[in-house]
Amino acid sequence: MSASSGAAMTRAYAPETAGPRLAASLLKGRLKYLISAACVALSTIMLLPLVASVLASLKSTQEAAAVPPTYFPHALSLDSYERLWNYQAGLPTYFSNSFGAALLTILFCLVLTVPAGYGLAKFRIAGKEMLFVFLLLGLIVPYQALLTPLFFLFVQLNLHNSLVGLAIVHTAIQLPFSIYVMRNAFEAVPRELEEAAIMDGCNSFQVLTQICLPAVVPAMITVSLFAFITSWNELLAALVIMNKDSSFTLPLILAAARQQTSIGGTDWGMLQAGITISIIPCMAFYLLLQKYYMAGFLNGAVK
Amino acid sequence: MHTGTSRYVGLLYVAPALAFVLVFTAYPLVQMVWMSLHNWSLIAAKKYVGAGNFIKAWNDPQFWMSLEFTLKYTALITPILMILGYLIALLTVENRPLRQFTRGVVFAPVVIGLGASSLLWYWLFSYDFGLINRILMDIGLIAKPVVWFGADADLSMWAVIVSIVWKVVGFGTILFVAAIHAVPSEIGEAAMVDGASYWQRVRLITLPLTAKTILLVTLVSVIGSLLAFDQFYIMTAGQPRNMTATSVFLIYLNSFPYLKLGYGAALSLILAGIILVCTMLQMLLSRRSHA
Repeated sequence: MSASSGAAMTRAYAPETAGPRLAASLLKGRLKYLISAACVALSTIMLLPLVASVLASLKSTQEAAAVPPTYFPHALSLDSYERLWNYQAGLPTYFSNSFGAALLTILFCLVLTVPAGYGLAKFRIAGKEMLFVFLLLGLIVPYQALLTPLFFLFVQLNLHNSLVGLAIVHTAIQLPFSIYVMRNAFEAVPRELEEAAIMDGCNSFQVLTQICLPAVVPAMITVSLFAFITSWNELLAALVIMNKDSSFTLPLILAAARQQTSIGGTDWGMLQAGITISIIPCMAFYLLLQKYYMAGFLNGAVK
Repeated sequence: MHTGTSRYVGLLYVAPALAFVLVFTAYPLVQMVWMSLHNWSLIAAKKYVGAGNFIKAWNDPQFWMSLEFTLKYTALITPILMILGYLIALLTVENRPLRQFTRGVVFAPVVIGLGASSLLWYWLFSYDFGLINRILMDIGLIAKPVVWFGADADLSMWAVIVSIVWKVVGFGTILFVAAIHAVPSEIGEAAMVDGASYWQRVRLITLPLTAKTILLVTLVSVIGSLLAFDQFYIMTAGQPRNMTATSVFLIYLNSFPYLKLGYGAALSLILAGIILVCTMLQMLLSRRSHA
């Protein structure tokens, strides 16, 4: 490697003729505009579906059912949101179910993986490698394959149709990633800090809460953010575990509304309103906490 | 580490997570094997049938149709996602405002729900209410609306593929960009001085030096596609004639609406075996990349 790049370096000082250089810089200028144009086109294509959905959610009831569809709403109206608000058990119920499951998932993930990350990073444990692999079992067995026995278990434990049950499945999905992130975060806390605290007479729990915890807050935000997004968006487990109308989450009620065909057919305007409402929290948290999202994504997405 | 007496203290901190995995992952896994050997429903008494459920799967045309469809979907969407994802990465790799913005926009659909995006595209592809038929007719590409989700299973699958490419292409792009950024810039500069064209540099330097990331992203993507459910449940509902019912969809149908839990468990076990091969490859690769 070093030999070949060394050879390249010597060639770098070889004289160049002006002609090709000029042509190259012209080409480079044109290329810059081409790349910019491609970026603008790509961004437009990616954003169009989202914009179209938000616009469609603001159409009046008649316009939302127009054939062929209109590109832009002729007049803005909140009709679709009003129908969604009152649909079946009502949007507040579904929204709070989704939010409740997501909050419980965050809580379970933190309660389980903060101490686990601390234990794995800072203590000598017999067979730690094996233990770590076992904790990542959820990576090896996809939860989709475990839903049949989990459903049976939850029926026995009376956890079906309960937000706690749903949050348990969502926690099981997120656990391997969360443990991985928390362990790495605790490993990065300098040992000198703990040793000083132990000298001062702190026990291991005090070291965790007073010394380590402040240092791993970013990792806890990452874990919470991913737990929220997973739980908020998850469909299959919710479909299996929640089969009472009033216990549905947002994705469930939207999927059910799509299948429900009344005399007027699917209520497209209301569906668009539902899509918009379910996208907003994800987008908001992602944009606000982008730094934490990317940290988790780049470290854990393919590990 | 803290003191000599802390041998079991560490285990104490790991214990809650350990108990959780035991009860909600390991136990169901064992239970799944046990269930797969039985005729098992919620109402009737369970009956031991040995390999009966697996023989039933072997002779079940729907099992093979679902497996074949899932593999076909995976085989078609994976190269599209990888090539498109890499091209977008190359396009936006430099840290300039417009390119960073584009990268952010391409990634945005990754964080929204698969259910929400599938509903969105189900509407866009709708025969009479959808914007895609409207646009295609307005620019004169088609004379009359296309029935995207109708009797043609292939057409339905391609519509789903378009929606999923939109949804997840940014996943690969962001990881590819990070991998390309990690390539030492001197190597590319040296090759440029040697007179290598842009595409020669991509082919001879960037691609080989990001090969590990490409492989890992490919595996993650393959696993995701093999486990596809939401997009088909919402957009095609498995139709026409269960031709677009993926493997997970078939497990869902057997276990829940039909409550054939034993058969569902057997199908789950087969799928878990297929996924296991992919995961093992992935772990081997990422372990080597840490070394």
